Amino acid sequence: MNQPLKQLGALADPAAFRGPVDLQNTPDATALDMLERMALIRRAEEQIADMVEAGEVNCPCHFAIGQEATAVGVAAHLRPTDRGFGAHRSHSHYLASGGSVDKLMAEVLGRDTGASRGMGGSMHLYGADTGFAGSVPIVAGTVPLAVGAGLAAKLDGSGDVGVAYFGDGACEEGVVHESLNLAAIMQLPVLFVVENNLYSSHLDIHLRQPSDRVARFAESHGIATHVVDGNDVVEVARVAGELIGRARAGEGPGFIEAVTYRWRGHVGPDENIDVGLRRSAEEVAAWKKRDPIARLRAALEARGLAASDLDARLDAAETAAKAARAKGYDAPWPPQSALLDHVYAGRGEAI
Amino acid sequence: MSATNYGKAIREGFAHLLANHQDVFVMGQGLWSPWYVGSSMTELEKEFGKERVIDTPVSEWACTSAAVGASLYGKRPIVVHPRMDFMVFATDSLVNQAAKWSHMLGGQANPGLTVRGIINRGGEQGAQHSQSLQSWYAHIPGLRVVMPYTVADARDLLIAATLSRDPVLYIDDRWLYGQEAELPAAVDVDLAALGNQVLREGSDVTLAGCSWGTELAMRAADALAGQGVSAEVVDLRILNPLDAEPLIRSVEKTGRLVAVDASWRTCGVAGEAVARVSEALEPAAWKARPRRITLPDAPAPSSKVLEDIYYPSVEDVVDAALSTLS
Repeated sequence: MNQPLKQLGALADPAAFRGPVDLQNTPDATALDMLERMALIRRAEEQIADMVEAGEVNCPCHFAIGQEATAVGVAAHLRPTDRGFGAHRSHSHYLASGGSVDKLMAEVLGRDTGASRGMGGSMHLYGADTGFAGSVPIVAGTVPLAVGAGLAAKLDGSGDVGVAYFGDGACEEGVVHESLNLAAIMQLPVLFVVENNLYSSHLDIHLRQPSDRVARFAESHGIATHVVDGNDVVEVARVAGELIGRARAGEGPGFIEAVTYRWRGHVGPDENIDVGLRRSAEEVAAWKKRDPIARLRAALEARGLAASDLDARLDAAETAAKAARAKGYDAPWPPQSALLDHVYAGRGEAI
Repeated sequence: MSATNYGKAIREGFAHLLANHQDVFVMGQGLWSPWYVGSSMTELEKEFGKERVIDTPVSEWACTSAAVGASLYGKRPIVVHPRMDFMVFATDSLVNQAAKWSHMLGGQANPGLTVRGIINRGGEQGAQHSQSLQSWYAHIPGLRVVMPYTVADARDLLIAATLSRDPVLYIDDRWLYGQEAELPAAVDVDLAALGNQVLREGSDVTLAGCSWGTELAMRAADALAGQGVSAEVVDLRILNPLDAEPLIRSVEKTGRLVAVDASWRTCGVAGEAVARVSEALEPAAWKARPRRITLPDAPAPSSKVLEDIYYPSVEDVVDAALSTLS
């Protein structure tokens, strides 16, 4: 086999980018909001991981712990009428857009009060009221859906954008090429967000692609592209703001490759150090030192914000996650009629 | 009333939808090149604009899924696949996405797109330019599948499909395009108000078909009438969810059934028709074993001599009907 190209350089090196993030000109309130959202994602997923280990949650759960900055950085520039489409690892995208942690907990427990009324579980989350159109686990399946949501926005002249969240593995599916091509030729308001965490379910990117840099696919379609440290929420937000602004203005699609790492396994709460041909306990430990939450917190503290206030915000996220979990246990199950009621929207009647 | 044919009736359906429903748009390959789609879409882009009648890149999967995505945001897209063999690339769009979003998200998301798959076969086109895959899609809960046979249905089922809140697969067979009829002006049609229907009344044997299968059944009924046999023809124009009541009532009356489907036999529409009636009627209601007329379970051949024996004929249906009477 030819030697794979390591074009990401330091972006793929867990020893790099460990210090406080550069806050740039981010206002305190914005940065604190991003800190709280990232913390909520992590604490909620830690609770869900615990529920999986306790046998209380049985649906497949794919955790984004360690990847929080990408979802939160992009969401910083989204509005409720935008259309985010996620995949199997999308608790983060749902919560980052403002989805309810109570509904997330109820959903993974299969309850009627869940985000998808208990019909979806972890992998099928609905949150259109906050700009999250839905997530489904067919790898790359939602990428063209986001293109279509962008097409609808363009036809309506609404200025809204479709957002496709996917991974480096999805980039190996042919429909991603089709989607990039379609969005480019029609100049659609779509943002493609790849969280390149360097692994598919089990295989190192170097064993799957001739280069570790997936942005080359977008560049070959003439799409405006940024490749960034995916564990730097401020930098993700900066490039997302630029690309979303272009898309809203009718200047066509954008593509972000955010290089990051999942602390947990492909599915389930463990670290998956026995899966794949490179991932090791040492590598996981190294990436935990490039922690997106700790790096933002350190930057805020360096700016002069009180450590006690920052800690209180992180604690509040944990409290909210635990409260949501407790509420989930008490929530009602879906009625048996739901099994057939939702197959069709109605009995075919015209809208 | 004005005279038209099947292909032009489809175009009337498009024109009605585009003129009266601003949220309708159409996309697919060859839409600005009418030779792909017969007379069924001639110059729609000139009448309604290339922004709403979109000729797309060669990307069945992305385009069909894009229509799913657009349908989640207030649009009523129609995706056209000029030959349904190529629509197989869009199986994820239909089976994993369109058919599932309502159910798996608790009824909160409704992909109300329409997908038009055209059967375009014969003429030695061979295995990948000949398929008629209605049974696949009729198997999928969450999809609606319609197959117009009459000229009126060619237009009206397209309208009904597009106005439905659910994903609908509309399949038309180019072998039917020459049929002519007089039609009243187009109006909005509610798919919920439509069921399967008896096209021709009779008392001795029930011939049930869909699309080209119904055409064979109608011609067979004419031929049988010449031999003193009264055949009833039931058109299964809505395959999913399948409205079997008119079929069951017909066989209850005649006691005999020949199910005709111009597609494969195994796990197909003809088998489903036999199964539904068999479950519903007591053995005593049957005067003869039911029969199926279908394609043989083989891909379409190219060679003319093989093509001649591949497609079912009117005579096959007549012989099967007579066999139930002997």
